[in-house]
Amino acid sequence: MIAELGLAALWLSAALSVLMMISGAMGLRDVASPHALYARPASVVQAFLAVLAFFLLLYAFAITDLSIKLVATNSHSAKPFIYKLTGTWGNHEGSMLLWVAVLALSGGLLGGLERRLPEKTMSATLMVQGFVALGFYAFMLLSSNPFERLPVPALEGGGLNPLLQDIGLAIHPPTLYVGYVGLSVAFSLAMGALITRQVTPDFAKVMRPWVLGAWVFLTFGITAGSYWAYYELGWGGWWFWDPVENASLMPWLAATALLHSVTVLAARDALRTWTIMLGVLAFSMSMLGTFLVRSGVLTSVHAFAVDPERGSFILGLLGLYIGGALVIFAMRAGSISEGKRFTVTSREGALVFNNVMLSAILAIVLLGTLYPLLTEAFDVRVSVGPPYFNPAGAIFAIPMFIVMAVGPLLRWKDDKPARIQFELALLAAVAIAIVALVAILGDYSVLAVLGLALSVALGIGALLPLKGRNIRRVPTATWGMIAAHFGVAVSLFGMASESAFTSEKLAAMAPGDSEVVADWNIQLESVDPVAGPNWTAIEARVLAARGDEEPTELGPQSRNFWSPPQPTSESALVTRWDGQLYVVVGDSAGIDANGNERWQIRVWWKPFVTFIWYGGLLIAFGGILSIIGRLQVDLKRRSAKAQGKARRADVEALSGDKPGSTAAPEPAE
Amino acid sequence: MRLWFAILALMAAPVLAQQSMPPAPYAYTQLEDPALEAEATELMETLRCLKCQSQSINDSDAPMAGDMRHQVRSRILAGESPDAIRSWLTQRYGDYVSYQPEVSSTTWPLFAIPLLLLLIVGGVLFTRLGKRRSDKGTE
Amino acid sequence: MRLAYFIPLALFLFFAGLAGYQLTQPKEQNVRSQMIEQPLPEFTLEPALEGMPGVSRADFVEGQPRLLNIWASWCLPCIAEAPHLERLREEGVEIIGIAVRDRPEAVADFLNRYGNPYSRIGSDDISELMLEIGASGVPETYVIDAAGNIRYQHIGDIRADTVPLLLEKLEEVR
Repeated sequence: MIAELGLAALWLSAALSVLMMISGAMGLRDVASPHALYARPASVVQAFLAVLAFFLLLYAFAITDLSIKLVATNSHSAKPFIYKLTGTWGNHEGSMLLWVAVLALSGGLLGGLERRLPEKTMSATLMVQGFVALGFYAFMLLSSNPFERLPVPALEGGGLNPLLQDIGLAIHPPTLYVGYVGLSVAFSLAMGALITRQVTPDFAKVMRPWVLGAWVFLTFGITAGSYWAYYELGWGGWWFWDPVENASLMPWLAATALLHSVTVLAARDALRTWTIMLGVLAFSMSMLGTFLVRSGVLTSVHAFAVDPERGSFILGLLGLYIGGALVIFAMRAGSISEGKRFTVTSREGALVFNNVMLSAILAIVLLGTLYPLLTEAFDVRVSVGPPYFNPAGAIFAIPMFIVMAVGPLLRWKDDKPARIQFELALLAAVAIAIVALVAILGDYSVLAVLGLALSVALGIGALLPLKGRNIRRVPTATWGMIAAHFGVAVSLFGMASESAFTSEKLAAMAPGDSEVVADWNIQLESVDPVAGPNWTAIEARVLAARGDEEPTELGPQSRNFWSPPQPTSESALVTRWDGQLYVVVGDSAGIDANGNERWQIRVWWKPFVTFIWYGGLLIAFGGILSIIGRLQVDLKRRSAKAQGKARRADVEALSGDKPGSTAAPEPAE
Repeated sequence: MRLWFAILALMAAPVLAQQSMPPAPYAYTQLEDPALEAEATELMETLRCLKCQSQSINDSDAPMAGDMRHQVRSRILAGESPDAIRSWLTQRYGDYVSYQPEVSSTTWPLFAIPLLLLLIVGGVLFTRLGKRRSDKGTE
Repeated sequence: MRLAYFIPLALFLFFAGLAGYQLTQPKEQNVRSQMIEQPLPEFTLEPALEGMPGVSRADFVEGQPRLLNIWASWCLPCIAEAPHLERLREEGVEIIGIAVRDRPEAVADFLNRYGNPYSRIGSDDISELMLEIGASGVPETYVIDAAGNIRYQHIGDIRADTVPLLLEKLEEVR
């Protein structure tokens, strides 16, 4: 029954998305049309049904219903319960259902709660949202039905890939999907505003929380994914610029640019076309990521669908939505004026500069990611990796960080650089001092040194807006900005420090041997076989001591899972405030001179590597603060409005006059 | 993210109870001289493992990657320059084996487009920001 | 309608066209050697088992074109290709084998079980020759002409329909 109910719910919500689309279109043609009434309720009900379908699948995985094909292929009755649940989205169909459920849910929230936009724009927005949802329902129902039954229930499931049997899977994909899909709302809003020519500060204020929310989830998802790969893959890397990583970074870059330009639009009524373009771009990048990950065009083997039919389906959707949006943009953008003017040395000026830099970085990542696809059309295979992305990205990232340190100190509209000359001199002095210091200390790569210097300058710059202000009176949203910018500095510091100062030791050790890595002393105690619920392993007992301190015992493992059969490496970590020790055990390395068996032990000391993820969390936290801040302002404004209304009603009742032409005062942004 | 790739790599090449042979001498042994080892590591991080799709040979446990590490380390030890080793490999496997594209007839757009981008960025910034001073106050 | 507003659309259409085209193309899985039409590099490999000669470049440079077969006893597809190698040998082709990361006992055991089509077998414990000729996996088979030039690379196991192809290539380079 579960499967049939789920499938029925999906079909129903697909039908409701059609209703949403048509009713929205009616509303767009004529706001007063009686048919326009259905769009909002339809969006809410389809959200309910799609989420229901997802929970039904979750339940099927929880009880390991082996009559459902998806469960039988991807789950196993002996798997720990938590991984049975997370296994729901550890495969193509299930993750697609999660994606669709979140898409429907955001559509429902939008339709159910958003009352600030003109009704016509809202109708257009819901129409676009319904149209987008419909495409994904079609994709699910026609080419990747998660509820397909097996003719005969399987006796046992195929099991989940052991690398995915980790808490990382519980966190990383869902947060990323929420981020990707949140951008669909930004897209629909941008299209709604473009179609009805309502690109106004009010529209920007409606769009901002969606962009912020999606961005927070993307930030968190990327951070979690990076840390997951770092500890799970067992080679100590946290970012490799491979296509799948880039697929998640590109929407983030676009969303970051969008976030800033929508702020300019909301506060200053400038950058109208640019904001719309970024709204389209951000969602295109989400869809592009989905396409690259699931079509298999970039790497031949893939965890998800290698089915070219699915690839063509997503490409079709991509063409329909993004192609369509870009056609409308090309036709309409000319009729939207750019909005208010400003000078170079203003807050807007700095934001525009960094928006352009972010877009340029995005272009570099896009180019490097897609380039192998281009050459393969001519039967040439090339690889584009870190040695390309790092310097090419840095060309634009370095000026961006410099402007980022200074931008928040500038005033809106027009400012004199002389006003902040003390701050400028301070930041420049700090950066130069650090470059000099590191250059004396040793021979490090240029990018790492620049990264260190910029990160410290940026960290100070991020806190400078607090200077001379009463800390208690600083608005929450400003705290958000400070936290996020400071987070970027922290993260950059971690990256630069890891790349410059990491020490690595690779050794064949017999029990009793010891090695030195940086200021750590590593001793191998013993190597023993151990067994878990669905794996066996060899586990090394390693004692790690820093200087004279008491040694910490570590147990890195080299595991072999049996369903499906596959080896993994379980790293062991010692986290200190100033870095992480990372220990991995490999294969046997033969017998030493004394007849003892030796083992491959690989140890890294990575100074401040954890700052990369602390920074990421801080950035996401800044986003949350910013949302809270905006909500506070919004609620205050609403209650002020309500009070104003009440007061006017009182006045009216007392005097019997008509209401005055002066509107209730709105608190300034 | 990157995990997917590792998974695939593992799926693509099911680990047979393959070789019981000891790995090549320098596959898992660092060079004595830290400077040479640093040179080798820097190079190995930018060479692509041929058997595992999306990993550098420095990060891979595939036997072939181990043999490639051995080649790199022993050639560095023999005094060969990293660039010479890289081109020795690209002569045999094409640009695919190196994560660091060199300017060639097949990769020039990778370098031309960022330059073009610099021009565009300069142009956009100039038209957006540069002329605003003059028409300030027209709004 | 400014022309600049059409640039995003144009870029997108270019990408969509490319991606669409690539979806219809079979995906190249292998890394092909760039050493085709190049002379075989100098090398000398020890015999992979007792009683058979080892292999060096000199073994390829006289008389007739030969096949260079890279294999290993731990490689499953190598079992599948053994009968087809045998057929090639019966056609009068000289096949020189390279056993990769293999032990003499295992090599001997494999040959006992699945037949020995090789005139000589070299042992390549650290992928020396593989790296020299741009081979990326096991099994692979190369056509080497009488002057010692690499002329053709076959990646993967030899199937029944590969046999005539290889014979044709051998004839071509004669």
